[in-house]
Amino acid sequence: MEPATATAESSAAPILLSQFDDLDQQQQASNLGMWMFLATEVMFFGGLIVAYVVYRALSPREFALASRHLDMWLGFVNTIVLLSSSLAMALAVRSAQLHRSRQVLNYLLITMALGTCFLGIKAVEYYHEYEEKLIPALNFQLPAEAVESHFAQPGHFEMFFVLYFFMTGLHAFHLIIGITLVGVIALLSRRKWLSGGGETQIEVTGLYWHFVDIVWVFLYPLLYLIDVKS
Amino acid sequence: MSTMAEEQVDYLHTYTLRSWLLTTDHKRVALLYMASITLFFFVGGAAATIMRLELMTPKGDVLESPDAYNRLFTIHGVIMIFFFLIPSIPAVLGNFLTPLMIGARDLAFPKLNLLSWYIYMTGGLLALWILIFGGIDTGWTFYTPFSTMFSNTMVVTAAVAVFITGFSSILTGLNFLVTVHTMRAPGMTWFRLPLFVWSHYATSLIMVLGTPVLAIALALIALERFFKVGIFDPKLGGDPILFQHLFWFYSHPAVYIMLLPGMAVVSEIIPCFSRRPIFGYHFIAFASIAIAVLGFLVWGHHMFVSGQSMYAGMVFSILSFLVAIPSAIKVFNWTTTMYKGSIQLDTPMLYALGFIGLFTIGGLTGLMLASVAIDVHVHDTYFVVAHFHYIMVGGAVMAYLGGIHFWWPKMTGRMYPELWGKLSALVVFVGFNLTFFPQFVLGYLGMPRRYYEYSPEYQVLNVMSTAGASILAVGYLLPLVYLLFSLWQPPDAGPNPWKATGLEWQTDSPPPVHNFEGTPVVIRDPYAYSAEEQENEHGTGDRDR
Amino acid sequence: MSDHIVSVRTNVVLFVLLLLLLLATVGAAFLPLAAWHLPVALGFAAVKAILIGLFFMHVYYRHKLTWVVSLASLLWLGILIVLTLGDYLARDWLPNIPGK
Repeated sequence: MEPATATAESSAAPILLSQFDDLDQQQQASNLGMWMFLATEVMFFGGLIVAYVVYRALSPREFALASRHLDMWLGFVNTIVLLSSSLAMALAVRSAQLHRSRQVLNYLLITMALGTCFLGIKAVEYYHEYEEKLIPALNFQLPAEAVESHFAQPGHFEMFFVLYFFMTGLHAFHLIIGITLVGVIALLSRRKWLSGGGETQIEVTGLYWHFVDIVWVFLYPLLYLIDVKS
Repeated sequence: MSTMAEEQVDYLHTYTLRSWLLTTDHKRVALLYMASITLFFFVGGAAATIMRLELMTPKGDVLESPDAYNRLFTIHGVIMIFFFLIPSIPAVLGNFLTPLMIGARDLAFPKLNLLSWYIYMTGGLLALWILIFGGIDTGWTFYTPFSTMFSNTMVVTAAVAVFITGFSSILTGLNFLVTVHTMRAPGMTWFRLPLFVWSHYATSLIMVLGTPVLAIALALIALERFFKVGIFDPKLGGDPILFQHLFWFYSHPAVYIMLLPGMAVVSEIIPCFSRRPIFGYHFIAFASIAIAVLGFLVWGHHMFVSGQSMYAGMVFSILSFLVAIPSAIKVFNWTTTMYKGSIQLDTPMLYALGFIGLFTIGGLTGLMLASVAIDVHVHDTYFVVAHFHYIMVGGAVMAYLGGIHFWWPKMTGRMYPELWGKLSALVVFVGFNLTFFPQFVLGYLGMPRRYYEYSPEYQVLNVMSTAGASILAVGYLLPLVYLLFSLWQPPDAGPNPWKATGLEWQTDSPPPVHNFEGTPVVIRDPYAYSAEEQENEHGTGDRDR
Repeated sequence: MSDHIVSVRTNVVLFVLLLLLLLATVGAAFLPLAAWHLPVALGFAAVKAILIGLFFMHVYYRHKLTWVVSLASLLWLGILIVLTLGDYLARDWLPNIPGK
């Protein structure tokens, strides 16, 4: 999966690495390798999901109340942003398969822009949470209605936010890596450094991107939509 | 593709630092790993030595405080498990042999392979840093809330070190899985693969699916300690036992990461030194997968007395009984392979036989521990310590040594001195049993683990154990010496000194850079040991087995 | 094994489908579903994830091994969740243990 030396023609034949017998095997191996890596990512996020599942099962009321302090509409917009970025990424992969390098670059840039937009909206949300004093370890203060609800264990309310920041933080971290990766691939593609027009490389990057999208698709309802009506 | 001239040169032919540190040749990466894990083995062993010296007497007199003892057993566990056992056979023998055994020129991702060694070294150096600058005292298990709220040692650094090293494991496993799926030589169907490859495939499944959960568990500890707000803090409704669930979800399958490769080696050695095909090839292959899968379903047996629900305990107990079955199947099949065979008691075979016996004892005591009623009494005693050392040392380490001896001529082109090999195997076997058998008794009598002082009635057995440890140490030092010395010989072992079957023996010793001259084509089943097959030796290139 | 090239139309249709499912997810959150909120929300999320996996990630077009890897990872996550949650849910099932 390494870049070829610069060629003028973006549809130059892909380089066959010496350990592989043919291009098919190489492409299959690259693809399978990324899927295996995504399997490890599923298990990595899985640890946090288990913590969430267990604690929500143990403290449903506290979690429901805490969830209402998140801005579900910002989350909604963010979900649309990320889904759109997946569309752009899928179209980038398609353009790479058709060896249309200009289109590839455009779609990759759109993907990056939408990903960055997501991070921006997330930052706004985090700022709101900061202002409302909902950041554990930093300035957490039990909101008025939580105090009034007389929860047996008010700390459980804070636990929601611990999980919220860990889970969305980890997701954002993966998204930053994704944006960087897409940026690097876009740069290499523009310089015509990717062997074979970058078909396999971009497909594999796309797999990572879609995975990050899927994680958010689960995080949104789990964190924002627990109990939207009071 | 490389030229004929390049392929005729063996992979050891350059000695520059650059050619070693920037290699992407799986064989060289294997040797890099071999050097590193040997270093860590002796560091972990040094910790054990001091512990055993302390335990010769009931009072604490060798060490200045119980705290120092806590740091010793912690670093012993962390180093032995994460920096020796987990990488050992897969990263050394697995890396070296997998492409050879399937007829490939290298693994699927050679650069990731090298990266995994660098990642491992980073984690390892961080672990050594911890060792020198203060240590950790939480036990290798990092249980909360002690690790997150009360320990005053370098817990975050240790969590980071193991976290980093976990990626090395993941990359190795990922590499093996993709390689076996996509790069087998023509004719190498799944059921013609050597059982070594099947076992490493199963190991790789565990590495890929289990390690990330350890990573998140450690990350959560580090974050909880760093930010002083925690997922495992009861004040926030957290549960310290949740950490144990996440930790053991990996760490139980991890013991199969440490065991399956040992079984892989034994599956290769037994047929060769019995001159008979393996009995029940399909059973052993499927048993490897079964161990990997079932191994993920039993982690709660480490938590019977932790506060886990009793129903969960019962479920985990039953599943733990089930996971013993595939291991037993393997033991029966190895034994049956030897029946009416022409047994040759060379060094690798001595280690393999030792494995079978000692692993059986360790495994049976595992069944005892899987019974909740017994575990309640022996949990956190030396019974458990003896159990896992029988499997890890009597099993995995002996298999590792057996494998190193078996494939030494292939890796280096030199033969080790057979008499010294046999002697060391015997010394290891005697030393091992003297060290660890008394610990079963100690545990049953009630001596707790991780204590540096004990009740005086336990002293005799402790002295026996320490005496055994000193013999065991000699048994481990001997191969270090004679294997290194063997490198001064000329590389004249020949391609197949053991007259073994397997693609790796059909190429030169040491192998050429790209493993084979041309692509091998496989037309025969593995382990075709019989009278006429012994004529089929030195094949290279497009030879059938 | 060379990739099936997914048409622009398929990609866009899929995207629209995902948006509709998102609207449905949010809409369902406002319905009086009581305890069913969680399964419904997870159900919608699962459908979205499956669609993204099958079509954006090309699992539909690749050979079975990719299916197996993606399913296996979900299965393993399931093992982690089910057995761990099982512990917590079963903690109070034996209230009359002598000595407790």
